[in-house]
Amino acid sequence: MSKRTFRIWRGDAEGGEFEEYTVEVGPGMVVLDAIHRVQAEHASDLAVRWNCKAGKCGSCSMEIDGMPKLGCMTRLGDYPESHTITIQPLKTFPLIKDLVTDVSWNFAQNKRIKPLQPKPRDADGEHRMQQEDVDRIQEFRKCIECYLCQDTCHVLRDHDRKDAFVGPRFMIRVGQLAMHPLDTEDRIPAIKEELGSGYCNITRCCTEVCPEHINITDNGIIPLKERVVDRYYDPIKMLLRKVRGA
Amino acid sequence: MVDLNELQTFEHDVLVIGAGGAGLRAAIQCAALGLDTGIVSKSLLGKAHTVMAEGGMAAALRNVDKRDNWKIHFRDTMRGGKFLNNWRMAQLHAQQAPDRVRELEDWGAVFDRTQDGLINQRNFGGHRYPRLAHVGDRTGLELIRTLQDHGVHQGFATHMECKIIGLVKDGDRIAGAVGLWREHGRFVLFKAKAVIMATGGGGRCWRVTSNSWEYSGDGAALAYDAGAELMDMEFTQFHPTGMVWPPSVSGVLVTEGVRGEGGILLNNKGERFMFNYIPERFAPETADTKEEAARWLSGDKNARRPPELLTRDVVARAIRSEVQAGRGSPHGGAFLDIANQRPADYIKRKLPSMYHQFKELAEVDITKDPMEVGPTLHYFMGGIKVEADSQMSKVPGLFACGEASAGMHGANRLGGNSLSDLIVFGKLSGDGADAYIKALPADPKVDGSQVSAIIKHATDILNREDGPNPFVVHEEIQEIMGEGAGIVRQGDELQTAVTKLGEIKPRIESVKAHAAPQFNAGWHEALDLQSLVTVGEAVARAALMREESRGGHTRLDFEGEREEWQKYNIVVSKQPDGGMLAQKVERPDPPEELSKIAYAKIEDLEAGNV
Ligand SMILES: Cc1cc2nc3c(=O)[nH]c(=O)nc-3n(C[C@H](O)[C@H](O)[C@H](O)COP(=O)(O)OP(=O)(O)OC[C@H]3O[C@@H](n4cnc5c(N)ncnc54)[C@H](O)[C@@H]3O)c2cc1C
Ligand code: SF4
Ligand code: SF4
Ligand code: FES
Repeated sequence: MSKRTFRIWRGDAEGGEFEEYTVEVGPGMVVLDAIHRVQAEHASDLAVRWNCKAGKCGSCSMEIDGMPKLGCMTRLGDYPESHTITIQPLKTFPLIKDLVTDVSWNFAQNKRIKPLQPKPRDADGEHRMQQEDVDRIQEFRKCIECYLCQDTCHVLRDHDRKDAFVGPRFMIRVGQLAMHPLDTEDRIPAIKEELGSGYCNITRCCTEVCPEHINITDNGIIPLKERVVDRYYDPIKMLLRKVRGA
Repeated sequence: MVDLNELQTFEHDVLVIGAGGAGLRAAIQCAALGLDTGIVSKSLLGKAHTVMAEGGMAAALRNVDKRDNWKIHFRDTMRGGKFLNNWRMAQLHAQQAPDRVRELEDWGAVFDRTQDGLINQRNFGGHRYPRLAHVGDRTGLELIRTLQDHGVHQGFATHMECKIIGLVKDGDRIAGAVGLWREHGRFVLFKAKAVIMATGGGGRCWRVTSNSWEYSGDGAALAYDAGAELMDMEFTQFHPTGMVWPPSVSGVLVTEGVRGEGGILLNNKGERFMFNYIPERFAPETADTKEEAARWLSGDKNARRPPELLTRDVVARAIRSEVQAGRGSPHGGAFLDIANQRPADYIKRKLPSMYHQFKELAEVDITKDPMEVGPTLHYFMGGIKVEADSQMSKVPGLFACGEASAGMHGANRLGGNSLSDLIVFGKLSGDGADAYIKALPADPKVDGSQVSAIIKHATDILNREDGPNPFVVHEEIQEIMGEGAGIVRQGDELQTAVTKLGEIKPRIESVKAHAAPQFNAGWHEALDLQSLVTVGEAVARAALMREESRGGHTRLDFEGEREEWQKYNIVVSKQPDGGMLAQKVERPDPPEELSKIAYAKIEDLEAGNV
């Protein structure tokens, strides 16, 4: 056991400041463990969200030394021993208290996406899909809704265009429906208009922070942008569509 | 006294408490039946415990092995539960699980596929055939996200980060519940004609557990306080494979899927010790040589199952015995090896989150090295006693489903039978609530004095001058339960646990949480203590009463199953003086048709002779 110091942001929407806490740390400990120790020993009213403590629920999102990360999957051993680790709430969402932010905007975005419109079942009552046809959407379905990608995307973080762009999390959510072998809904107009795919300029910052290692940009957003381009801006396709009356 | 007019109030036909698989499925059913429905959860939507489930959900879909059918699933469930299950619940579950799983596909679930493009199914402990529909090792995430994404379009109201702290009754009947918003610490009243408890289990009574902070047993404790009975509380499942190192992750689950995919257990001498622990009842269906186990793994349908896939109680006790005999791994567990059984890319594809979990939390590459694993408190077979078809408790209008309810799993739950339990009984509890409300003569009335008492009890914790630290008291409870009511138990130790829990109650009543009510972890912990101590006492008292070893309950002073005890469930209820009473309640005789199936020979079931 040795001691370690943490700078943790304390405060609410009105304001606040960093406070330093020193606690005992042991082998294999993660940032969330240290926060719990601070709670138990120094500040029982320190607010933090967590559930699974195994990187599966996406509750413990925070900014650790400025990087959006899961507190339960960030090992203290990854930082030099004498270094004071700084822990603060996600910047992109309104602060509630300490490390807890109001992420309800994300739930509202999810609700805007029309659910799966499945085609009818086969005569024997089954749906059939080949594994290779669902590999891609299963990648997107690994998402644990930690919103770290939302936090880091500059469209939402720096430009605060939450009115125009649903963000990377919900691009892959709609992407997963658009690429679903059973879905019958035409999602391209919504992707372009309401969900705002054009706002993404492919910086790939979202992909870098995703704890599930989902290739958000290359496998999700870029293919969707291509579909939008094919539909709206490809002159030959547009002509063909006119001819076919589609 | 609280002025009810000042108090924020919601009115629903049904209030579902808990937004895991069971609660969401219940809410979807209530909304489908046209009921005004609200759902409450302590955490954000989509974060409930269900999200952590890994291996899969069991249903006799017959996509991988045509010999399977509901009767064999039913039989496996009864045998796994050591015949203490509620017969009717086990039947309903086995019959209805396939339809409940298929319907998830229409709601967006994307399970792993077979060659023919159907839902793939994997092997799991205690299941005769590959039966678990799964998505890699993140099946729970798939279930909860599917229900969540479908649910938000069904028109029920969602109340997130709200902890229910008391139920309100009108005479005998349920009338609503009082909640506390975690965010700002204000109170809220939910008036409801029916309440469905879907709050999960109470694993936080122990230190080494796979359960999250939410598992403080609130549902069981709230229902108990409101007059419902708790049943089978002595049956607590210790999952054989939790992480043991490093200490900060001890207890975190290692899915049974590792063994389902071929992982084997070794002691520090490199011996595959499970061959030495095969119980008589399972001997005819378990491989007794490495060679036969290997054939089974490569798909030989005539080979018998490897002993690593025996039921959880058996494997957990075996690991404990090896450790006690000095043959454990360096940190007091056993070695679980998949690296030498399967190629690296196969492991990464089939067990991706296990691969990451060990890589990131323990710096172990499971495609190269063995994992160190040991038993961890995982699941409550016991909970609120309900009527099988309607899921209603003894309190009119109070229903329960999912891990919060009792009966379905008997003395031991088979892996994969929980996720299917959630969707089968989640739906049935919605049906039950609907039928109850339709027959209700008049709307229940809320009594303000009950509401005031609940709120005062909670605010006292903030208002008192001084008192014990709730985090410390929680650790004390965990210590008592770990020492007195752990994986193996003894009469005198259980008695000590009961006594010590009694002694700790006044301390719980005097804990103090500091500072403001907003998002105050200490205050929430203090409120959880009330549930933890009730549930802990129920476990200890029931365990003391059951003088035999069966499933998730092992008594060193009463080894082995005793026939006499197969006739009883233990039921716990609150006495008028506030004390807890545990009673032996005789089980009704099973319907002959079901008993025939449960005890039939497997060949006859496969051939359709039963
Ligand atoms: C790591 C792990 C892996 C597992 N793997 C499998 C598996 O592969 N297959 C399988 O079948 N089972 C598995 N299980 C078991 C299974 O996941 C759980 O039993 C099941 O998910 C419980 O679901 P539930 O809906 O009953 O409760 P939960 O999903 O736990 O939901 C409980 C809900 O109740 C809410 N709640 C609790 N108290 C209150 C309160 N006072 N007020 C308001 N809300 C409250 C919580 O916020 C939460 O929303 C696993 C369990 C764990 C821990
Ligand atoms: S790639 Fe697009 S969505 Fe991702 S961070 Fe950059 S702009 Fe945002
Ligand atoms: S896509 Fe990745 S980073 Fe974004 S919410 Fe999902 S898991 Fe988190
Ligand atoms: S607590 Fe669940 S992801 Fe960190």
